[in-house]
Amino acid sequence: MEKDTKAFQRIYTKLFQLTKATVSLHATGIGNEELAIVDGRLAQVVKIMEDVVTLQVFAGTEGIANDAEVIFTGKAPTLKVGEGLAGRFFNAYGEPIDGGEIMGEEIEIGGPSVNPVRRKQPSEFIATGIAGIDLNNALVTGQKIPFFADPDQPFNQVMANVALRAEADKIILGGVGLSNDDYLYFKSVFDEAGALDRIVGFINTTENPPVERLLVPDMALSAAEYFAVEKGEKVLVLLTDLTLYADALSIVSNRMDQIPSKDSMPGSLYSDLARLYEKAVQFPDGGSITIIAVTTLSSGDITHAIPDNTGYITEGQLFLRKDSDIGKVIVDPFRSLSRLKQLVIGKKTREDHPQVMNAAVRLYADAANSKTKLENGFDLTDYDERTLEFARAYSEKLLAIDVNVEVEAMLDTAYELFSKHFSPVEVGLKQEFVDKYWKK
Amino acid sequence: MSTIGKVTGIIANLVIVETQDRVAQNEICFIKHDDTRLMAEVIKIMGSKVYVQVFESTRGLKVGSEVEFAGHMLEVTLGPGLLSKNFDGLQNDLDKMTGVFLKRGEYTEPLENDKEYEFEPIAKAGDTVVAGDWLGEAKENWIGHKIMVPFVFTGKYTVKSVTEKGSYKINDTMAVLTDKDGKEHKVTMVQKWPVKVPIRAYTEKPRPFKVLETGVRVFDTLNPIAEGGTGFIPGPFGSGKTVLQHALSKQAEADLVIIAACGERANEVVEIFTEFPELDDPRTGRKLMERTTIIANTSNMPVAAREASVYTAMTIAEYYRSMGLKVLLLADSTSRWAQALREMSNRMEELPGPDGFPMDLPAIISNFYSRAGFVFLNNSETGSITFIGTVSPAGGNLKEPVTESTKKTARCFYALSQQRADSKRYPAIDPIESYSKYLEYPEIVEYLNKQNGENWTKNVLFVKDALLRSKEVYEQINILGDDGVPLDYHITYWKGEVVDFVISQQDAFDKIDQRSEFKRQRYMLEKVVDVLKMDFKFDSFEEVNPYFKNLINQFKQMNYSEFESEEFQNNEKELEVIIQERKVA
Repeated sequence: MEKDTKAFQRIYTKLFQLTKATVSLHATGIGNEELAIVDGRLAQVVKIMEDVVTLQVFAGTEGIANDAEVIFTGKAPTLKVGEGLAGRFFNAYGEPIDGGEIMGEEIEIGGPSVNPVRRKQPSEFIATGIAGIDLNNALVTGQKIPFFADPDQPFNQVMANVALRAEADKIILGGVGLSNDDYLYFKSVFDEAGALDRIVGFINTTENPPVERLLVPDMALSAAEYFAVEKGEKVLVLLTDLTLYADALSIVSNRMDQIPSKDSMPGSLYSDLARLYEKAVQFPDGGSITIIAVTTLSSGDITHAIPDNTGYITEGQLFLRKDSDIGKVIVDPFRSLSRLKQLVIGKKTREDHPQVMNAAVRLYADAANSKTKLENGFDLTDYDERTLEFARAYSEKLLAIDVNVEVEAMLDTAYELFSKHFSPVEVGLKQEFVDKYWKK
Repeated sequence: MSTIGKVTGIIANLVIVETQDRVAQNEICFIKHDDTRLMAEVIKIMGSKVYVQVFESTRGLKVGSEVEFAGHMLEVTLGPGLLSKNFDGLQNDLDKMTGVFLKRGEYTEPLENDKEYEFEPIAKAGDTVVAGDWLGEAKENWIGHKIMVPFVFTGKYTVKSVTEKGSYKINDTMAVLTDKDGKEHKVTMVQKWPVKVPIRAYTEKPRPFKVLETGVRVFDTLNPIAEGGTGFIPGPFGSGKTVLQHALSKQAEADLVIIAACGERANEVVEIFTEFPELDDPRTGRKLMERTTIIANTSNMPVAAREASVYTAMTIAEYYRSMGLKVLLLADSTSRWAQALREMSNRMEELPGPDGFPMDLPAIISNFYSRAGFVFLNNSETGSITFIGTVSPAGGNLKEPVTESTKKTARCFYALSQQRADSKRYPAIDPIESYSKYLEYPEIVEYLNKQNGENWTKNVLFVKDALLRSKEVYEQINILGDDGVPLDYHITYWKGEVVDFVISQQDAFDKIDQRSEFKRQRYMLEKVVDVLKMDFKFDSFEEVNPYFKNLINQFKQMNYSEFESEEFQNNEKELEVIIQERKVA
């Protein structure tokens, strides 16, 4: 039942095996990872054995009959890239969901990696205005870093703020299992900020089939590579939520009868996630891709396979935490880490930045000890009392996610808090910085 | 006539090839795809079905594609020019590749065929030689790169001629050897060797009896690694594995350093690319890059080549060891290699072992570690490979298969602790959990005491004991409260903290403190032991904490000043003053 429609398209109508996510049929001349249309739904070749081809149907196989029409397209998943992408929103297949076609060159998604010797060491500071990030965990272009957050935390809001303030030439949003409400939130925030022309969105919402999600990060990163390589632009990619991406991977591997490893995740989880995150890059000519992602945790557990593998891949992580003392969400200074910060702080920012950052975090740690003492019913010394007061002010004026100031102002605020609660000796900064910046 | 086959099945990078002719396990083959050739390795043969793992993406590959078997296993090319190179896991020279992105099926020459090297003969006509014997020497950076009888040569040969001193290219004939049947064999500067087979061109592999100085105190003083020894560093993410490996590669007393960046972040490799050509090698005054070779298979590069990358690195290390050199081999991280094995085992539907890893994982790991070692060469010169691997345990849990398998075979264990990293005690190596089996070797103890004074080992065990006792009383203090324990407990606790801050901790970013040679380590160890043996007088526990903080701070000032400088001596004088404040005569 093979008939040729176009030169490269062949149509089959006999499926001999159907599972929830895959269909198998006899076919020849098919390429690995090639796309096909099964009963109008997009599918991809995942296994070929002699003339038996197994296809993964992204939208699921519900209602597909064993005589359904299968059309092979002769190509891997692609995206049309061009300037016209800017300001547009697409589905997981790279089709516009806001009407109208895109003109541009068709490229395969999930392309090869950058040769490591063609990379440049990241060195450009990204200012976000949020002191919990800029002061304590400065971000750098070409970095990859996730938010580790529980599902109830406002990570999408923080991410939207970061994106708008980051002075990126393009912001690419990859919505992986985004709730429709959050999708509309992103859209309206970007719209209000007048930034829609800098945004490209690839959206899979919870209304769409879960396996489709697997295409979204590759779509977003292929678009990012176009702008960073072809146009030399600074591109910021937002991927939310990659825990759902990993969940989709485990669904597929389960249906392919693969042996699961830790936490029912596929054994290839590390490579699968690294393939995405490693698209973050600084090119010598100025173009860059920075990835900020979200990994939702199950009640703060970072030993689960998804955050654990992510932590080994990314260059740090940002933790959000509700501070009950001030009733606001803060960027946790203890558990958050930006591995690339030392490439910019004190170099691209003011000279005293590293010392001020360390001193403030150390005093905040002292406050945590004082708090434990208090809770255990021990007497507090005068120093203990002062650290607690400092911690409250530090949380409120610097760590809270609603802070939006320049780094210079953050440092000045830090000195203000230091001098209000401590002597220069207790803070332990280098004398030259005390002479220069300490508030008398 | 090479064996030809046809692709009959494709599952991700596992491809099944049908052939009727001769194929060997681990043989290399090339799959024709459009106008490229994809390299692959045979991993299983079932009748006429040959399972191969492809070192590249198999996207678009079709059943029926032609496969050509190469007739040999995965090999590396060995010769002058390996140093300072950035290779991928299959020994392609990354700098020779065109374009920003790695292209599938692009393979580049590892060495420079047109570069000339200064050659000087060592052997002379009439000499009897065997594989691994030195025929001559070519100048590579500052290393006298030995041109050897190729390792594949079996039996005895007679040297017919050796090319005279001069400049030559690597493929020129440097010597002619005659075998026992009178047949002549030409030898160039280049030879090939299969990576999965150890090079055994040595007469003896004794137990290691020397210590490799790393300049890192928590290694050298507390848990020394032998020259030719093995060690591993397991640690959760963010505990400082990479900083530590970089410190070792910068400072260790090795002739050359080979770094296998195996499945880790690309930006970390870029850091080495960027910094090593700039940093000075304190031993030679040259640039660090001149003694370094990098094998990079970053986490986004093809998974199958990840396994190859550690073997490629080990084979290059063995090659230089055969020249009588002291090689340090670092692999970051061996867990990624084990994961690559797991992915393949899974695709072949093998019955899994613990956590889905292949059953023979412990055997594979111990075989690999056993390739390190100190050797006596045929000409009684010595060479060594000291191997240190990092392990990235899932969830930071050390009871997982890769950590456990490695622990069985590696002789040094450097446990990175999250708790220490959180409290910024770097390097975050737990001084109590970690161990060096070499401290139990009588020959190592003898070597250390000879080099660092007869009390050295005794002192080392003394400070280790102080650390342990400090930890024990700290738990008591935590339970019973500051005033619920005798005053002595506080002093014992703080004496352990002196060892921790002055010896265990070291600032990898401070110009002076980052590297501490043995002479200096001996001086500081003796100083610390003196203080630990002293009795101090306090009236209440509240005095103990500020006193020892001050004492430790003064010790640290000594660590931060140049050894035996005026500043160092002044700091020592001030330390003496602090000691006298409370010392009981």
